[in-house]
Amino acid sequence: MSTPLLQVNDLEVGFRTQDGVVQAVRGVNFTLERGGSLAIVGESGSGKSTLAHAIINLLPGTGHISGGQVLLDGQDLATASEHEMEQIRGRKIGFVPQDPMSNLNPVWSIGFQVEEAIRANGIASGRKEVRQRAIRVLKEAGLQDADRRLKQFPHQFSGGMRQRVLIGMGLAASPQLLIADEPTSALDVTVQRVILDHLESLTRELGTTLLFITHDLGLAAERAEQLLVMYKGRVVESGPSVEILQHPRHPYTQRLVAAAPSLASRRIQASGSIAAAESSIAAEASTAAGDEIDLIATAEARAEALQAAGTRPPAIIVENLTKVFKIRGAGEFTAVDDVSFQIPKGTTMALVGESGSGKSTVAKMLLKLENATSGKIVIDGNDLSTVSPKELFRLRSQMQPVFQDPYGSLNPLRNIGNTIAEPLTIHKIGTKASRRERVFELLEQVSLPRTLVSRYPNELSGGQRQRIAIARALALKPDIVILDEAVSALDVLVQAQILRLLADLQAELGLTYLFITHDLAVVRVIADNVCVMQNGRIVEAASTDEVFDNPKEQYTRDLLAAIPGANIELGA
Amino acid sequence: MLWYTGKRLLQVIPVLLGATFLIYFMVFAMPGDPIAALYGDRPPAPGVIEQIREQYHLNDPLIVQYFYYLAGIFQGDFGVSYSGQPVNEILARTFPVTIRLALLAIFFEMVAGIVIGLVSGLRKGGIFDATGLGASLVIISLPIFVVGFAAQYFLAIQFGWFRPTVSSGAPIQDLILPALVLATVGFAQIVRLTRSSVIETSGLDFVRTASSKGLTRRRVVPVHILRNSLIPVVTYLGTDFGVLLVGATVTEGIFNVPGVGRTLYQAVLRGEGPTVVSFVTIMVLMYLIVNLLIDLLYAVLDPRIRYA
Repeated sequence: MSTPLLQVNDLEVGFRTQDGVVQAVRGVNFTLERGGSLAIVGESGSGKSTLAHAIINLLPGTGHISGGQVLLDGQDLATASEHEMEQIRGRKIGFVPQDPMSNLNPVWSIGFQVEEAIRANGIASGRKEVRQRAIRVLKEAGLQDADRRLKQFPHQFSGGMRQRVLIGMGLAASPQLLIADEPTSALDVTVQRVILDHLESLTRELGTTLLFITHDLGLAAERAEQLLVMYKGRVVESGPSVEILQHPRHPYTQRLVAAAPSLASRRIQASGSIAAAESSIAAEASTAAGDEIDLIATAEARAEALQAAGTRPPAIIVENLTKVFKIRGAGEFTAVDDVSFQIPKGTTMALVGESGSGKSTVAKMLLKLENATSGKIVIDGNDLSTVSPKELFRLRSQMQPVFQDPYGSLNPLRNIGNTIAEPLTIHKIGTKASRRERVFELLEQVSLPRTLVSRYPNELSGGQRQRIAIARALALKPDIVILDEAVSALDVLVQAQILRLLADLQAELGLTYLFITHDLAVVRVIADNVCVMQNGRIVEAASTDEVFDNPKEQYTRDLLAAIPGANIELGA
Repeated sequence: MLWYTGKRLLQVIPVLLGATFLIYFMVFAMPGDPIAALYGDRPPAPGVIEQIREQYHLNDPLIVQYFYYLAGIFQGDFGVSYSGQPVNEILARTFPVTIRLALLAIFFEMVAGIVIGLVSGLRKGGIFDATGLGASLVIISLPIFVVGFAAQYFLAIQFGWFRPTVSSGAPIQDLILPALVLATVGFAQIVRLTRSSVIETSGLDFVRTASSKGLTRRRVVPVHILRNSLIPVVTYLGTDFGVLLVGATVTEGIFNVPGVGRTLYQAVLRGEGPTVVSFVTIMVLMYLIVNLLIDLLYAVLDPRIRYA
């Protein structure tokens, strides 16, 4: 009957580089009916964001549409003039960008930025009317005290608040189509859920068609009727969401389904209640079948190895740990409040909580990068508060960190070989030749080729960099590794690889991990024990199975419920 | 903000004391006796020299002389030059001229620099951009006295568009050419700074988001690109002010401007301690205050910066 709202035909997008044109999107076709919802899924670099930017004709840099059509209501946007596009953006197509931290202009107030969107789309005119409208838009987006906060600047808003502002701006002119490009990937899981629920009810009320872009398969399936899986610029699979999840046909989709922690943790739960033996056989079969990454198999192999070893002495003891920060003019802020826990040797403890819950501060105090206000930290029998600088130097060689951002934690001016060898040099271990040998050995351990030694960080992918960071942490053969959101910034497939690597290394070297994360889905795969932190306190501490099967605190239940895809029925 | 301003003003005191002290000692460490130089070949009666030395406290130890001098400054008296003129009078005569020259130069470099930098940045890689970059590189490479003499020779003497030297009283129209010359270095820097800043800002996420809201290019460029790009440019102005004062010395020499630069230069040649120290003290003070103003302006331009 009527034409579909959005129809993309053989769309090609290229970027001009020094070595010619690089195709980022190749021959993509899809149709989106009025009022429907479609999710585009893929890892970073798959071209999904480029596709979104091509639709609104805002490709960065040298990007350009090199072929095909983007038909919105029958009008081809690929050939529309800049003036015509200005009329379409905002009015007909709303856009919610990916990162709430970088998508608001830091020098203008929130009110100014919402009002300018309203004025540009001719929704209201006159100072007062525009202001009223801006308040309404923000209130609809879930910012209750909008009238009071209009004059504030983006840096005075939390990530979740900013994302609400961006959603409000995207929907300000009641567009027919809303493109949401990973609208929540930068947010905590609980905030993520609230924002997505809100976005869903808003678009349903307004009858807005939703084009949703994400790297999280669980999230996509939960939020959209149709799914489009992209890989290297091409669409490899498309169809109804649930069908794709249950019967993925393309090998890439199958890998994505297997690697998604949200889905894996869900299936571990399912398999636990059925026959454990049966599923472990299945898991073994799948690992034997090839080099496929199956998180379930990884998790189970870990658990078995651990049970076999019996009880162990603690590697880390933390007692009544408190950290108070003094804030000028605002008194004191207690970041960590009376925290106690123990980590047995050779096991993994996960410290879970939202950003601002104090989990990273705990890690910093353990590494003595930050001094505790009160309380005791005992590592391998050494009390950190009384340890001498010389002793501390020695202790640090047994206790190594891996940080969240693999882009920020490697020095861009040092090559990989020097980066990995640096701890050895500092602790004056071995000769130049033996250090070099050790670097090769470490590269092998993290499954990277030897040829990388002379390369520089900017030549490596995110996953490779995180492996380098892990190799560096292992260089001194430490007993304890503190992983602060070490996999949070990575794509699912890479994340799965790193998680398996960590599990293998633990089995091989008997490492103790403190695993800090906001993502409970990952915890299920890697951790033996879990401490849930909220506002600086530990609100729940138990074994991983207990926390997942029988959470005691409401906060833990909220975190669990927020794992995307948790309520999708899988054919496990 | 008030607390911050107060703190910064308090910081001015030690810096100023240190600067005057250093300059005072350096000037007096210069070889030659300024009093002897006053009289040239025919030495005056020995009593006269003794009297002058007494008048200027030249027989006291240096540190005592310095404190006499400081005490004078705090009473608003910068002393008397060796030629007998009160330094206050010289300051009052020359500073307004140089300030006028500097303001005119800042105006030229800001307007031309930002406009050309913005257009270059928006049309990165185009002909305009390439020409602008090349020209600014040439200008940066040329020493100011070369630009000065060339401008004087061609624009004033050959073409007759301007007066080659500044007449007494230094009216604005005479100062235009010296100000243009003085502006060249800063202009080239501002073009490059604005250009790179505009290119960087244009690629930021919020600019794309602004366009996605349906804003026209005409609005995105000034409101979201230019405004954000000006922050580093304003910071540059603070350091540029010092360069401008130095450049003024050369430029004023070329165009015979009766301003601070020329007077200071002559005072240095004659070894007139009180004059040199007074001039430099005022210049240091101006530099500090200009930079404080810039830091405060910085907070206005970027709301993330709050001074406490």
